[in-house]
Amino acid sequence: MKLINKKPSSLVDKPMRYCPGCGHGIVHRLIAEIMDELDIRERTVGVAPVGCAVFADEYFNCDMIQGPHGRGPAIATGIKRSKPECIVFSYQGDGDLASIGMAETVHSAARSENITIIFINNAIYGMTGGQMAPTTLLGQISSTCPAGRSVAVNGYPIKVCEMLAQLQGARYLERTSVSTAPGVIKTKKAIKKAFQNQIDCVGFSMVEVLSTCPTNWGMTPVQGARFVDEKMTPIYPLGVYRSPEQ
Amino acid sequence: MAEKILMKGNEALAEGAVRAGCRFFAGYPITPQNEVPEYMSWRMPEVGGSFIQAESEVAAINMLYGASATGIRTMTSSSSPGISLKQEGISYCAGADLPIFFANVVRGGPGLGNIAAGQGDYFQSTRGGGHGDYYTIVMAPNCVEEMGNFPRRCYELAEKYRVPAMILADAILGQMMEPVEFDFELVDPKTLKAPDWALGIAAGRERRIVRSYDLREGKLELLNLERMERYRKIQEKETLHENRQTDDAKLVVAAYGTSSRIAAGAVKMARDKGMKVGLFRPITLWPFPAKALAAIAEHVKNFLVVEMSMGQFVEDVRLSVCGTARVDLYARPAGVPSADEVFTEIEKVYQGIR
Ligand SMILES: Cc1ncc(C[n+]2csc(CCOP(=O)(O)OP(=O)(O)O)c2C)c(N)n1
Ligand code: SF4
Ligand SMILES: [Mg+2]
Repeated sequence: MKLINKKPSSLVDKPMRYCPGCGHGIVHRLIAEIMDELDIRERTVGVAPVGCAVFADEYFNCDMIQGPHGRGPAIATGIKRSKPECIVFSYQGDGDLASIGMAETVHSAARSENITIIFINNAIYGMTGGQMAPTTLLGQISSTCPAGRSVAVNGYPIKVCEMLAQLQGARYLERTSVSTAPGVIKTKKAIKKAFQNQIDCVGFSMVEVLSTCPTNWGMTPVQGARFVDEKMTPIYPLGVYRSPEQ
Repeated sequence: MAEKILMKGNEALAEGAVRAGCRFFAGYPITPQNEVPEYMSWRMPEVGGSFIQAESEVAAINMLYGASATGIRTMTSSSSPGISLKQEGISYCAGADLPIFFANVVRGGPGLGNIAAGQGDYFQSTRGGGHGDYYTIVMAPNCVEEMGNFPRRCYELAEKYRVPAMILADAILGQMMEPVEFDFELVDPKTLKAPDWALGIAAGRERRIVRSYDLREGKLELLNLERMERYRKIQEKETLHENRQTDDAKLVVAAYGTSSRIAAGAVKMARDKGMKVGLFRPITLWPFPAKALAAIAEHVKNFLVVEMSMGQFVEDVRLSVCGTARVDLYARPAGVPSADEVFTEIEKVYQGIR
C-alpha cells in the first residue's frame, strides 16, 4: 500500500483546541507540511501570539516562544539577529498584528527583517470573545460594535497588505484565503514562498490569510466560509501585493 | 587589565556589558542614557554582536526577549519613561525565566519630568515593576567604575538564578566622567556554556518552548512557588552593601547611588566636627541588605535616610530596622542635595540625639 497522506512530523501529535470550522488549524497544518518539505523543522523557531493561536507553541514540533500581545515581529527580530542560521516565523492574528502590534509590523517590514510572518485575518478578536478588530468590516457586528461597525464611531478597516506594500523593505506580501480547497492550496504555495524567501535571505515576507471565526461570527462553519468569499474578499482582494521579483 | 580609562558613566556601562560578553543590544533614544545606544551602535558590530535601534522601548524589550531566549547575553537601556514602557516585556522575561540585563539611567519624574538626576524609580525597580509576582535583581552603582563593573555581576546572577537583573543609575552617574579600571577579564561568549533551555538549532534534541503562561489547573502557582524559592536564595546569598564608620556611630546615614556619594561627603564633614556619624550604603537594592542594616540597628538607634525621591527607599530601611531604631527622612524628589544640605540635616538629627 502506498502512503498518500500523513500527519506532518512538524506538528505535535495532539488534538488542537480550535473550534469547528476555524481557519487556524488549517494554516497550522500547512506551515507544518512546509517545514517538513523544506526540511527546516530542526532549525525553525516559531513565535506564538496572544490570541486564539497562543497554543501554537504546543502544536508545532519545533522550538517555540510565546510572547506579549502584538510583539511577535520584535521577538522574531531578536531571535533572527542572534541566530541567523535559524528560520524564524511569527504567527499572528489581526488584533495582534494590525492593532496593538502595528508598530512592530511596520518597522520589521521597513527594516526588511529576514523573517516570515503568517497573519491570520479573521476580522474579529477571537480569543477575547468577539470584539471589534482593526479588520472588522463596515456593518459587521461584534461585541463592541453591536450595531455594526460604523465609520463615524470606529473608522475604516485596515488593509494591511496594501499598506505595507508602500514600504520598500516589504519584499513579499500576498493575501490568500482558506475558505475553499483551491484557496488552501494557494495559501500553501504562498506560505512556502514566504519561508523559501527567508532561506534565500530575501527579507521581510508576510502572507495574510483570510480566515474564519464561526464561533464569534455566530455562524456555522459553512456560513463562515461563505462570509469570507462573499463579504471579506471584496474588501480584502486576494493576490500578490509585493514580490521579490518586482 | 590594570589600565585606567577615563570614561563617561553611560559609556562605562556599555563597555562593561560588552566586556562581560553582551552580544545583542536593542534600545531607543532617551536622555540621559543616549550614550549607551550610541556606543553600542559601533561597539556591537566590532565584537560581532547585533545592535538595533528599535522603533520603541516596547519593541526593544521584546527584541531582547527573543534574543535572550537563544541563550546569549543581551542588554537594553533606557531612562524612566522608557523603562515604564518596557515593564510588560520585563514581566514576561521574569515569567519565562530569561536572564535579561537592562539599565535605567533615572531622570526626574513623574511623567516627562526632567532630564536631571532622580531616584523616583526605586519602587518600580525593587517591587517587580510590571504586572504579576516577580522581582528583578537591582544593583545601584555610585561611581563610573561601578557602572562599568556591575554588568558582569548582573549577568552572572541573572543566569545563575534565571531572573532579570538591572542597574539602577541616574543622570549624574550616566553623564559624569571618571577613571575606570575594569576588575574582570574580558569574557569571550564562545566560552560560555549554552544553557539547556536556549532556542535555536534543535538537531538531536527535543524541541524547547519559552513561555510565561500555564493555564493548567494549579500549575502556575507551582511555577511561582519554585521561583519564590529562587528569590529566597537570592535574598539569603546575594546582598551587597557598604558600611562606613558605623561601629562607633550614634547616627547612621542610609543612602544609595548618587545620594550615597553626597552623603559620604556630609558624613566626613560631621566626623571632622567630632560627630559620631556613619554611612550605610546598599549596593543591591533587591535583594535588600536587610540583615546587615538590622545588625547596625542593634547598636545604632538613629538613622537618617537621604534619597532623591519622596520616601521610597526609606520604606526598606524602616522594614529592616523593624521599629528598633528611629528613622528620619531627608527627601529631595527630583532634587540633588549638596553635601552641605545633607550635613545640615545630620546636625539637626544629631542635636536631637544628645
Ligand atoms: C497587552 C494585552 N492586551 C490585551 C490582551 C487581551 N487579548 C488577548 S487575545 C486578544 C485579541 C486577539 O485577537 P486576534 O489577534 O485577532 O487573534 P484571534 O484570537 O482572533 O486569532 C486580546 C485583546 C492581552 N493578552 N494583552
Ligand atoms: S474563537 Fe474563532 S478564532 Fe478562536 S478558535 Fe474559535 S473559531 Fe477559531
Ligand atoms: Mg482575529
